[in-house]
Amino acid sequence: MDHAIEVKDASFSYEQTEAEPVKVFEHLDLSIEQGHFVVILGHNGCGKSTLAKHFNAILLPSGGTLYVYGMDTKNDRDLIPIRRSVGMVFQNPDNQIVSNVVEEDVAFALENLGIPTEEIRERVDAALNAVGMLEFRRHAPHRLSGGQKQRVAIAGVLAMRPQCIVLDEPTAMLDPVGRKEVIEIIRELGEKFGVTVVLITHHMREAVNADRVIVMNGGEIIADDTPKRVFSQVELLRSVGLAVPETTELLYALNQEGWDLPLDALSVEDCAQAIYSAVCPA
Amino acid sequence: MLKDITIGQYFPGDTPIHRMDPRTKILNVIFYIIALFSCGGIVGYVLVLAYLIAAVRISRIKLKTILKGVKPLIIIIIFTALLNMFYTPGNELVHFWRLTITDAGLKNAVLMVARIIMLITGTFLLTYTTSPITLTDGLELLLNPLKKLHAPVHELAMMMSIALRFIPTLIEETDKIMSAQKARGADFETGNLIQKAKALIPILVPLFVSAFRRADELATAMECRCYTGGEGRTRLNPLHWQRLDTIGLICGIVLLTGVIVLRQFGL
Repeated sequence: MDHAIEVKDASFSYEQTEAEPVKVFEHLDLSIEQGHFVVILGHNGCGKSTLAKHFNAILLPSGGTLYVYGMDTKNDRDLIPIRRSVGMVFQNPDNQIVSNVVEEDVAFALENLGIPTEEIRERVDAALNAVGMLEFRRHAPHRLSGGQKQRVAIAGVLAMRPQCIVLDEPTAMLDPVGRKEVIEIIRELGEKFGVTVVLITHHMREAVNADRVIVMNGGEIIADDTPKRVFSQVELLRSVGLAVPETTELLYALNQEGWDLPLDALSVEDCAQAIYSAVCPA
Repeated sequence: MLKDITIGQYFPGDTPIHRMDPRTKILNVIFYIIALFSCGGIVGYVLVLAYLIAAVRISRIKLKTILKGVKPLIIIIIFTALLNMFYTPGNELVHFWRLTITDAGLKNAVLMVARIIMLITGTFLLTYTTSPITLTDGLELLLNPLKKLHAPVHELAMMMSIALRFIPTLIEETDKIMSAQKARGADFETGNLIQKAKALIPILVPLFVSAFRRADELATAMECRCYTGGEGRTRLNPLHWQRLDTIGLICGIVLLTGVIVLRQFGL
């Protein structure tokens, strides 16, 4: 199976009483390959979170179809297998932690799935270890920092051993330290466990290491390519209210002044190197 | 201020009482309460008190902690003592103005105070030595037979544990809302009772709105983690009945029978 998620001609609109339904997106086509690290970028209200909620059948498309590992999300019988294959992490860590002991929370999904006790123990410890929270397993979640809480939430999903993890703005409520911790973990997920990672965010920096960046605006996909090629389109990103990474910003500003620099030098080192070779041609 | 509120505060430890199955502890507390209320005389009370003291000693909970638990109820205790003292008929001891203290009244008052303090201490010992999550587990298992009558036992236990989980979160939130309202000039300290109660509205409304939003998000997150109710769930830490529990349960039953037998002899 090549595709983790396939969106075919899907539309979604919120029904309203006494008003026209609000269309979030229409006739959307998208497929995400297994093992990729995909970032969906977009401004508030562009439909990215709504789309993400379709990936594990929390929402169902009002038109078109969505296949998750070949299973139609409209099919009720496949609901548990779908949710087992696609784990979801949300923005507010406080509102997704169920238990008042860290390890009990990580075990929640496994308990729901009726997995034997010994295996739960093994998987919980492995998941907590993967996010570096093993030593906190007996702690109360409300005593942890935001970043730590979010790592517990990720462990809770990881313990299910899903093939794909969708993270809906997991860093939006965190301080810079917590954000760094969480992004570090997310990057490792794909490398260590071979899971497909779909990260939804509006922080450009978090998209730099992705295999693929999808930019959404007004319910449409306006760019879909590697980070380098997407971020080179500075005008397009600006027109939809997104800021490009600082490095691209600098190179773009220099180009406006008449330099001829490559816009795809995303890391600080690459950017410095690009400027250096332009200033002092060998 | 709000940080001081503790419901079901738990003091971790590794004593036999801590290790005991929550079911044993809950049943023991029930036996203890029944025994306390069936006491026929001083000897009965002494027996129950001895049982309590033994349990407290084994649990290594400090006397200070226990007295702290009794403190908030001091007014009720004093009130009960006074009522019993003045309104029990018997041989007059002291008489002034329209109040009379009788010998029976004095005895009643002392016993009633002892009874209340022992009742509170005994039940607090349960929450002090049992983590909330094991407590709900124990309750769920004890009430399991009611599932046959279609009582939502699992759902109730789940609601209880989620409520416990969200107490600190909501307290923090209340603090934040209070600070925000104070920053905009809200006044919670002055005024009479009605004004103070009215001042709470701008705290309660946002708190409720946010609680509903949290509940909605939590429900989605639980669904994402394949929650489908109590059917077919397994546990990370299943409860095990050990020899310790059998011993504990026997102790409770012995106490209760002892008190009932003593009552027959009017002791």
